[in-house]
Amino acid sequence: MSSSATTLQVEPSARDRRLARYAAAAIAASLVEAAIPSPLPGVKPGLANIVILIVLARHGWRDAAWVSVLRVVAGSLLAGQFLAPGFFLAGAGALASLAALGVLQAVSWQWLGPIGRSVAAAFAHIGAQLVLARLWLVPHDGLFNLAPVFFGAALLFGILNGIVAGRLMQEKT
Amino acid sequence: MKAVRPGDWLVIAAGLLATAATAAAQWGRGAPAMAQVRLDGRIVAELPLTGTHRIALDGALAARGQTVIEVEPGRARIAADPGPRQYCVQQGWLTRAGSVAVCAPSHISLQLVGPDGAHDTVAF
Repeated sequence: MSSSATTLQVEPSARDRRLARYAAAAIAASLVEAAIPSPLPGVKPGLANIVILIVLARHGWRDAAWVSVLRVVAGSLLAGQFLAPGFFLAGAGALASLAALGVLQAVSWQWLGPIGRSVAAAFAHIGAQLVLARLWLVPHDGLFNLAPVFFGAALLFGILNGIVAGRLMQEKT
Repeated sequence: MKAVRPGDWLVIAAGLLATAATAAAQWGRGAPAMAQVRLDGRIVAELPLTGTHRIALDGALAARGQTVIEVEPGRARIAADPGPRQYCVQQGWLTRAGSVAVCAPSHISLQLVGPDGAHDTVAF
């Protein structure tokens, strides 16, 4: 008795391809960023968030969440950071900023643009990372001495990424 | 659509406020009120950082000389110590609450404390 071979063919939908394209762009952005030396671990431009913001504006929160999670998982695999502390920090930051962006989806884009959303996401991102780092990696309140530096960086890069994302949203695909 | 919308200003303002508030909370607890001098772990002198004081005391190396502590408004230092490596002297003026200079060979330490004695240890 021979079992007939079954071929399971998964046809990627247009949405799958679109998500993959955006995720590839976000992964490239985070790899480029990993090569930029930073004076302080945790202070990073967060270039991948430009991609997330554009996906959010064009295709909604669910697609943005997919791109963000793919970015963290695949990006950490490529950087050799998968399941390393940096991976969990990146994951916590990504989930927190997705949560912030999700809550803010209730607010009209006419009133709150990419800059405000980017800044809010950046603060959620670093906030979650600080909490996780405090609970797990650096169990001392001395860590919070650096909070103003992290928040200042979140504000600066949040604004810059928001401006860039806003510009790119104007472009036609 | 405008690049910067009303809500953006609100979020930016909130971000600025959060940054300034944490900076004030974390870095601003500065002004020390007292200099505590310890010998063998016991407080032997508490000097308010308002006036100018100079005290000399005998530590574990009293045979080789005295340890001299100077206080000026807002700061304090160990001006002299008989210890061989002079680490506590070279630390210079202490200006922040919580900072400590330790002359280990003499068993003497100088610590600045804030008005509320915010913390009792600092780990580096």
